[in-house]
Amino acid sequence: MADQKVVVIGGGLAGLACSMQLAESGTKVQLVSLVPVKRSHSVCAQGGINAVNDSTRKEGDSEYLHLDDTVYGGDFLANQPPIKEMCDWGPGIIDLLDRMGVPFNRTVEGHRDQRRFGGTMFKRTAFAGATTGQQLIYALDEQVRFWESKGSIEKFEYYDFLGPVLDDKGVCRGAVIQNLFDMQVRTLPADVLVLATGGCGLVFGRSTMSMVCSGSACARVHRAGVGYANGEFIQVHPTAIPGTDKLRLMSESARGEGGRVWVPKKPGDDRDPVNIPTDERYYFLEERYPKYGNLVPRDIATREIFSVCVEQGLSVEQDKLCVYLDVSELPPTTLHKLDGILEIYEKFQGVNPREVPMKIFPAVHYSMGGLWVDFEKNEQTGGLVKGSVRNQHTSVPGIFAIGEADYQYHGANRLGANSLLSCIFTGMFVAPSLRNYLAGLSEGTAADQPASLYEKAAADHMAEHEALRNMSGPENPYHLHNELGDVMTRNCTVIRHNQPLTETVEKIIELIDRYKSIGLADQGGWTNQNLIFARSLADMLLLARNIAQGALQRDECRGAHEKPDFRIPAPDADSPAELHKQAKEWCKAFKTKNDKWLKTTVAEYSADGPKMKYEPVDLSLVPVRPRTYGLKGAEVIEQVWQEMTAGDADSSKPVATK
Amino acid sequence: MASTIHIQVKRQDGPDKSARFETFDIDYEPGMNCTTLLQRIAATPVTTDGKQTSPVAYDACCLEEICGACTMVVNGKVRQACTALVDDLIKESPDLITLAPMTKFSTVRDLVVDRRRMFESLKRVSAWVELDDYSDRGASALVRPEDQEEAYPMSRCMTCGCCVEACPQFNEKSDFLGPQAITQAIMFNEHPVGGMTATKRLTALMEPGGIADCGNAQACVEVCPKEVPLLRGLAKAGRQTTLHAIKSFLSK
Repeated sequence: MADQKVVVIGGGLAGLACSMQLAESGTKVQLVSLVPVKRSHSVCAQGGINAVNDSTRKEGDSEYLHLDDTVYGGDFLANQPPIKEMCDWGPGIIDLLDRMGVPFNRTVEGHRDQRRFGGTMFKRTAFAGATTGQQLIYALDEQVRFWESKGSIEKFEYYDFLGPVLDDKGVCRGAVIQNLFDMQVRTLPADVLVLATGGCGLVFGRSTMSMVCSGSACARVHRAGVGYANGEFIQVHPTAIPGTDKLRLMSESARGEGGRVWVPKKPGDDRDPVNIPTDERYYFLEERYPKYGNLVPRDIATREIFSVCVEQGLSVEQDKLCVYLDVSELPPTTLHKLDGILEIYEKFQGVNPREVPMKIFPAVHYSMGGLWVDFEKNEQTGGLVKGSVRNQHTSVPGIFAIGEADYQYHGANRLGANSLLSCIFTGMFVAPSLRNYLAGLSEGTAADQPASLYEKAAADHMAEHEALRNMSGPENPYHLHNELGDVMTRNCTVIRHNQPLTETVEKIIELIDRYKSIGLADQGGWTNQNLIFARSLADMLLLARNIAQGALQRDECRGAHEKPDFRIPAPDADSPAELHKQAKEWCKAFKTKNDKWLKTTVAEYSADGPKMKYEPVDLSLVPVRPRTYGLKGAEVIEQVWQEMTAGDADSSKPVATK
Repeated sequence: MASTIHIQVKRQDGPDKSARFETFDIDYEPGMNCTTLLQRIAATPVTTDGKQTSPVAYDACCLEEICGACTMVVNGKVRQACTALVDDLIKESPDLITLAPMTKFSTVRDLVVDRRRMFESLKRVSAWVELDDYSDRGASALVRPEDQEEAYPMSRCMTCGCCVEACPQFNEKSDFLGPQAITQAIMFNEHPVGGMTATKRLTALMEPGGIADCGNAQACVEVCPKEVPLLRGLAKAGRQTTLHAIKSFLSK
């Protein structure tokens, strides 16, 4: 028992939070990361982290409302008990981060300042300038370094995770990793493996994600039997700037601080935006969503940008989805809070956004889907049973997943500033579950396994490595990656149609086939980045197929997954009686759609492509309702839905399924 | 505008191998940065004279100049490859863009260097706030907005290595902590709870390789991409260690 340890793959916020929490409770950790953990993708998070706070409570806010905003923002696709637990933990997590020295912005009196983010009416978001992710990861990195100096955590930086070691019963007994400098393969025997490896933006070629976000580690445990859930739910952030190497985020905090999104009313208006008078500007989010304004959830903002650019031809740049994000009218004290992102814009675009409206574009940003994980509901609180070995546990015994790598917390669309919370929450909350799992192992531990189990695992991976290294076919892995990114971005992002999705699946199958005849320009055995990239491309292809197949099969609109062919037509009649009748039809269609599709997609790996199954969602806390966000004409739908579901507990509160 | 970009890369196959130079021609695209150039080379690793070679090894992660990974020497100046924009670089040097690894660390391969020493330095100065535990103990003390404004710029240090590359005192033979670690030590000394363990950090700063090794060349602050107030950190480190030394002497 004493020498049992946990291997954590990934050193972003989730992996670091998990490692420090385990170290504190006396469990040894081996932490594996592609990059020095301080450089993990969490640094890119900008705007802040959500939690109920003293100021919002005064306005009537509560943990329940945070849950409600998260569930509603995610279009009800997420299991609700894990979200409840997360929201309950929020305030304590922010206090803890504060104690660690995170330089959160302050009010005059010295309290933490908060800003508003999308999908809520409350200012729940604590922030450190516009580089909150960086500041949070530094705090956790420092804590982990403290435990490293004590000998409780051992880091393996510049290592690639090649796959889990499973015993003959399919139980996880460790990990196979490869040093990215000398390319040596080794095994880490352990009874618990935690995947904290983030998202898979590279599947789309260029995204706002970092160069390490290929999803490889998730694909590698998926191949070993872990389900991949809700892969088709990919968040396209409304505001990013394009680049030849990647797309760069312009945080929602720009709008949280008062930034406004607009296009010129006249198509093709080529005047300098500062010379376009206010009455010739179309503030389309404010006009279409009077209640939430510029802070509608991201999926909606992105679709509205698509709508004004493609359907109305009002894009600021021809043939692109480009609108203005304008902070030029904000006071200097407010702009100061946004310095972190305004510097990025200025450095890359060469224009000062404090004076000139920014040109921004939607970009792939986050994966709501990820590794399937279990949970155990606490029947008293409605949240989770703390320490239950089911929490965050994948379908393979001993493999757990946390952070963006899991699918659990954001449903069909993530609210801004909830990701930092879900990462730190899952990292901390899973720790006692891991310890209980270790304590409860009845049939021996990793230490009892024969050495041959590990020798074989390492030898198998080394053989794969050698086979890949010697590939000398005509296909270029970088070109295949470009083709993958192009087709995924074109057909599998903001708006989806079944014909192009079918073609996308076919294209991916073609790429998988062509991958078999790739050639490596570098066949050396030292720091071979060519090989590491080529290996991750196979993983991207696997995840791409899950994403595209899941999108193809899901014939509905939900959150970030928008299929216009399956939209329920909005009521538009003038007469109240007719409008009411239409709303009734709408609600009936809405109910039918939920009966069929309010389900989690779970892809099981097979060599012939994913096998999809659909699981019920635990909706035991917040009754399902139409997601309207104060869209004009929505009141009547909400009213009719209330009438329909009153006294009909079954339709509004489906039975919990876990 | 040039339609082809000429790039010279300093290459080295491994730590014990000799260095060589290779040049590449890449088609110009608007908005390109050095990372894009390296991505293009990786996709088609053929030198200007038509020789097939291996892709150039390089570090890159966020590409937003916030992770610190892609630090290298571009046109003779240490900086991040992601924010080194081709349009600006060809103004500096119209005929050739040069990429080389940082010189103060051992080269792993090509542009990849081993910067682990910087993280070890953070350990030497106990760059963390030591907490009793991670339980929920409620909110911490109030913080004056001015104090946050002081701490935040120091906390933006991404351990990228620019400052130590520029520092004449930092090299493989000396064990100088470098401006980044010293400034982090000061940041934690000024934190209300971090300050409770200031003695530990001051002791480390007074050991060999500590603040006394700073030659006051002030080169570090010139190259810091995040405008971390390194000079203030170094000056405070000097003052705090002097005071600490006097106090220790008087209490003997």
